Amino acid sequence: MLIKKPTDIPSSEITPKSAFLNRRKFITGAAATGAAIAAGLYLRGMDGGKAEAAGTGAKLAGIVKSPFSVTEPQTSFKDITNYNNYYEFSTDKYEPNGLAANFRTRPWTVSIEGLVKKPKKIDIDAIMKLAPLEERIYRHRCVEGWSMVIPWVGYPLSNLLKQVEPLGNTKFVAFETVFAPDQMPNQKRSVLPWPYVEGLRMDEAMHPLTLLALGLYDETLPNVDGAPLRLAVPWKYGFKSIKAIVKIKLVENMPPTTWNISAPDEYGFYSNVNPTVDHPRWSQASERRIGESLFAHKHPTLMFNGYGDQVASLYSGMDLRKNF
Amino acid sequence: MLPLREKLIRTLKFLGFLLFLSPLALLVWKGFHDRLGANPVDVITRTTGRWTLIFLLLTLSVTPLRKLSRLPWLIRFRRMLGLFAFFYGSLHLMTYVWLDKFFDFPMMLHDIIKRRFITAGLTAWTLMLPLAFTSTSGWIRRLGGKRWQTLHRLIYFSAAAGVIHFIWLVKADLRQPLTYCAILAVLLAYRIVVWAVAKLRSKASLAVVEAGSTTK
Repeated sequence: MLIKKPTDIPSSEITPKSAFLNRRKFITGAAATGAAIAAGLYLRGMDGGKAEAAGTGAKLAGIVKSPFSVTEPQTSFKDITNYNNYYEFSTDKYEPNGLAANFRTRPWTVSIEGLVKKPKKIDIDAIMKLAPLEERIYRHRCVEGWSMVIPWVGYPLSNLLKQVEPLGNTKFVAFETVFAPDQMPNQKRSVLPWPYVEGLRMDEAMHPLTLLALGLYDETLPNVDGAPLRLAVPWKYGFKSIKAIVKIKLVENMPPTTWNISAPDEYGFYSNVNPTVDHPRWSQASERRIGESLFAHKHPTLMFNGYGDQVASLYSGMDLRKNF
Repeated sequence: MLPLREKLIRTLKFLGFLLFLSPLALLVWKGFHDRLGANPVDVITRTTGRWTLIFLLLTLSVTPLRKLSRLPWLIRFRRMLGLFAFFYGSLHLMTYVWLDKFFDFPMMLHDIIKRRFITAGLTAWTLMLPLAFTSTSGWIRRLGGKRWQTLHRLIYFSAAAGVIHFIWLVKADLRQPLTYCAILAVLLAYRIVVWAVAKLRSKASLAVVEAGSTTK
């Protein structure tokens, strides 16, 4: 339909008689700046990817190397701590670093409860000493299509779970992040249903690869990365590795998980890294490795993020398209 | 010699041109100084996308501003603003085609079909294309003012597709895209109101004429 309008605009107004910048000039200028940005980014790419010294955390002693570590170049401490999703602080990936700076990680206790013989509330300092600390250099794949190689410090989650003596009918483990709206600004708003909850199947939780991460680059975990303790489940998309844990509950039924509640068609309970199952927003076939040059090609994403040898058997007989 | 007013407008336009290039200049500066963060492609994509939307909304603000403030010369900025929207939109698209997909056309086609936010974004850019192409005075003459104006109403649909593109790509927390959406809604509502008032007025004047003819 044509909208009729009174002709109160003289055509001389619609048509500037002498445009200061004609189109050609504009395009030339645009092309020149475009070339400049390309050059700038190219130069930036050339010195990218260098690893810097770690931050201000306390040095962790007695760390042993793990055979589970990968040998790929590690993502710099700066990038790991300045680019991540921590929606409790911000939906922007660059902001959590500043916003989490004064997050209080002491006193901190973790309650382990549910279908267990000995429910416990364990202090973080006791958790730190529960088992020998290992360095585990893991690939970390975000569901958004970027990835890092992160030198976590911690020990298998199974060490902690064994403390409470799980009962035979336990099938799943539910995890909960701290709810501290006075410290976590986004928890005052309904960005996601708070507190953040995640879950693993019992065999996944007890798997030797499933790490209770307490440190990074030989130091205590930076606040921005989920201090004082978080999971690192390397064959699953990053959001499964819940941060700042305060509660672990052993249960019989599959527990709700935050992103699945928020968008069930996008995020499944399992969320295993799988290049053949496309996400509605992002292709999962490849990933951008953080720290590499702007013009570096993406890496092909590996099934189970490259940990298939260790974990594929957990899912034998399961349709991973349905159980995405 | 140009009249003072004309000189002033031209100076303002030149300053505007520099100002409107500054988001790109800042991006280039950050590129040279390693300040684009851990994921530079992400930053470039977001920055160019944001400025495309801002320039689209600025372009759509010219008419209401010009009328409400009674500053008719503001129209002289409209073409430049529109072309800047197209310019940043093209940089945004280039970032996707080059740095995100590395010219993998089958992959992009899959994206366009499968991901509705990509479909919306590409629609928004495609709708700007004929407008940028016919932005010259020559094209206004060739098409004629009326037809040109009708064609350029495509900007309403381009801006709407752009805002929808933003809403659909956000995972959670819609505050930012909804802000753009609200501004666009106000700018479009202004046009609907103007149109409706004009229509009512013409009806009323018609009724007066008719009433006059019956009393005769």
